[in-house]
Amino acid sequence: MNHLLIAPLLLPATAAMLNLLLADRGTGLQRFVSFCAVVVLLPVAILLLGLAGSGAFWVYQPGNWPAPFGIVLVLDRLSALLLLVTAIVALFSLLYACNGDDLRGRDFHVLFQLLLLGVNGAFLTGDLFNLFVFFEILLIASYCLSLHGSGPERTRAGLHYVVLNLIGSSMFLIAVGILYAVAGTLNMADLAVKVAAGAPEQATLLRVSALLLLVVFGLKAALLPLHLWLPALYAKGVAPVAALFAILTKVGLYAILRTSILIFGVNGPESILSGTWLPALALLTLTAGVVGVLGSDRLRRLIAYLVVLSSGTLLAGIAQFSVPGITAALYYLPHTTLVTAGLFLLADLIARQRGRTGDHLSPAPPLEQPTKLGVLFFLGAVSAAGLPPLSGFIGKLLLLQAVAPADAVWLWIVVLAGSWAGLIALSRAGSRLFWKTEGGRPATLPAGLPRLAPAAVLLGLSVAMTVFAAPITRYAEATAIQLLQPQDYIAAVLDRGKQP
Amino acid sequence: MEAVAALTVGVLVACGVYMVLRARTFPVVLGLSLLSYAVNLFLFFTGRLVTGAPPLAGGTAPTADPLPQALVLTAIVINFGMTAFVVILSLRALGELGNDHVDGGGEKK
Repeated sequence: MNHLLIAPLLLPATAAMLNLLLADRGTGLQRFVSFCAVVVLLPVAILLLGLAGSGAFWVYQPGNWPAPFGIVLVLDRLSALLLLVTAIVALFSLLYACNGDDLRGRDFHVLFQLLLLGVNGAFLTGDLFNLFVFFEILLIASYCLSLHGSGPERTRAGLHYVVLNLIGSSMFLIAVGILYAVAGTLNMADLAVKVAAGAPEQATLLRVSALLLLVVFGLKAALLPLHLWLPALYAKGVAPVAALFAILTKVGLYAILRTSILIFGVNGPESILSGTWLPALALLTLTAGVVGVLGSDRLRRLIAYLVVLSSGTLLAGIAQFSVPGITAALYYLPHTTLVTAGLFLLADLIARQRGRTGDHLSPAPPLEQPTKLGVLFFLGAVSAAGLPPLSGFIGKLLLLQAVAPADAVWLWIVVLAGSWAGLIALSRAGSRLFWKTEGGRPATLPAGLPRLAPAAVLLGLSVAMTVFAAPITRYAEATAIQLLQPQDYIAAVLDRGKQP
Repeated sequence: MEAVAALTVGVLVACGVYMVLRARTFPVVLGLSLLSYAVNLFLFFTGRLVTGAPPLAGGTAPTADPLPQALVLTAIVINFGMTAFVVILSLRALGELGNDHVDGGGEKK
């Protein structure tokens, strides 16, 4: 049992509690505690990635209860990758927030750490009810964070988000209840065994449960009919919060990937999820994203629709349930998370220098720092639109190569049309923001390094992902192979003798 | 007994869904509460309906499953917190948007 596994939960939990105690001691100390927790989280995530990179499953049993009875944390390649992405996004969002955005409401640092606790827990847990609990932790933190800074627009978007997710939580519990009634267990590995050995008359119940879970995770991942909460929430939230929220849709996609392969076994023809329309859902989400991107009149809203677009792209890869498809999705996932987070921060920088026009795509006085922000925007736009040579292009290329011939026509058309629409929308936004100016330069302060650096590094990581495309793709491929052999996961969790 | 249990959950869910689909925040909050009651009952029933049975395995007598009761406790706590939060949020929306319509707009009074 390696105690490092519980560090991604203990660090944010401790920092959140400390910050709660320090609430009256001023922001300086809170910032310090929060920063320390996030800075330590990064090397922890890298170490965990190293552990998982060997291909072994690391099982942690809090309380030392053996697997089907106690709750377990399981680290495999997929969890380690997502933990690392979370740590990176959290670090730079926090650095940006410490420039003053954290003072726009109460208890920012407490909520920030609780959100990280929920996200890390969701990635690590090996128990379905525990997944629900971590979902609730991250949701209630995200409810409060989405209202951070207050204002009627945030309240309106927040209310929709909260009500939708409360309904989603009810459905999650019903799905969990059905699974428990049928299988008598909630440990994911044990569930996989029991579901595979389930009696034929239980197949319908299991299918209901699987589809309910798909709806719940689809709501989190902003898949088509359930994506309408996202643009308003992400466009109105405070910039570092919106950047951190870039990881939230990926939690939903992670849960789809994990449960559908592990518990419901997508490999066989007798699979419970066979005949679902995941590829069609991906195409429709992509289409909705394209329409939204083209129709956005604000930069933040445009980036929010890029998140919807990326959810569709990722689902298109995942829905192949093949090694190349999941490889493509797992390469594209860190890229899109980092780039959209960076773009949200950049959009805030741009909006601050445009006076009252903000991020609205209408003529405004020229920016104070057109060159620095322009270069960053160009980098982010090229990367997000999927133009060569940056990582967005590599991710989409991998995806297009991975598509099964049967789906190829539609997916190629929609993915390429999506890239094209993203390109048009981003170049139109760029030319309006940087070139189509009117009036004299207003007396705004130029953004200093503490604000520029987090956005620049997040966008620059896209270049790094391009340079290191080969090792990242190799890791993603190994992850996909590991994911598609759930029997190893089951053996590692249920039989402690086999784990290192 | 099973029929009564199933009917109770069904009626609660139906009323909850109906209330959630109203356009004002107060019925929506009530609907969410009804939905959560239905979910709690449903979770409780997943341990099968037995009366007077001990929650311990090992003997020959039928046993009551203690796990759903633990799950229900967790769900009740979470639902309680969430309901409190959504009530406060609705009040704030009423204050800030000047209206209790879920979209903050609706027909003008």
